[in-house]
Amino acid sequence: MPIQYYIFLSITLFCIGIMGTLMRRNAIIIFMCIEMMLNAVNLLLVAFSKLFEDASSQIFVFFIMVVAAAEVAVGLAIIVMMYRKVHSVDINILNRLKH
Amino acid sequence: MDFFEILFWLLSFIAISCALGVVFSRNPVNSVLFLIGMFFAISGHYILMNAQFLAVVNIIVYAGAIMVLFLFVIMLMNLNADAEPQKSKLVQFAAVISGGILFLVLLAAIKDSPTTASFDRQPSASGLIENLGTTLFTRYVLPFEISSILFLSAMIGAMVIGKKETISVTPQEESKDNR
Repeated sequence: MPIQYYIFLSITLFCIGIMGTLMRRNAIIIFMCIEMMLNAVNLLLVAFSKLFEDASSQIFVFFIMVVAAAEVAVGLAIIVMMYRKVHSVDINILNRLKH
Repeated sequence: MDFFEILFWLLSFIAISCALGVVFSRNPVNSVLFLIGMFFAISGHYILMNAQFLAVVNIIVYAGAIMVLFLFVIMLMNLNADAEPQKSKLVQFAAVISGGILFLVLLAAIKDSPTTASFDRQPSASGLIENLGTTLFTRYVLPFEISSILFLSAMIGAMVIGKKETISVTPQEESKDNR
């Protein structure tokens, strides 16, 4: 299987994630798009691990999953707190953080 | 086109269409379900690439734990009514254009790359749990321990952030906290 196929698939998933992050206003869906981008990177790392027959990049995928789990726990706690304060998950409300 | 290539194209189609479904569906619960479908498709890719351990971990951690957390938060907030205000058409258009431009730039950069490497589909031992465990606990044992500290701090941080701010410690701080 040519490695280029997996590169193109990862680029496609990553760009869809970026598009969703820029397009939606729901904070939870933005989080899901970030998870999608992390998964695209994971797929590329596993493809290169298979290409070079090296287990190190699969360890990196493992650590990315660990960091993503920690990030989701803290991020969802922040979203729940924001919902408790302003009764919305619209990220445009967070504009007030600038002032 | 043999069996593996058919599986590759099928899984790629499922992954990309589920990713588009995450972005474009109105209901957040539908977005979560599409994202779970995308995780299963990516786990199928891992199995095709002989990374069985990562496929299982991907299903357990992502589809099992993280997505349940997302669904739990969505249902806790009662967000399944699509009351989300939409961004203006101009911003949506700009988002699609910039995402497409990034896609084209990356595609053009990769297209002329000299690597025409391709891997064979012979089963290899590098993705099995024995090999991965040996690598993890010899070369990468320090990042492993540091990630445990990261998990501990994330747990404490999530509890501190998610706690209700109703308990006032001292009477002096009560006027400050009592908002």
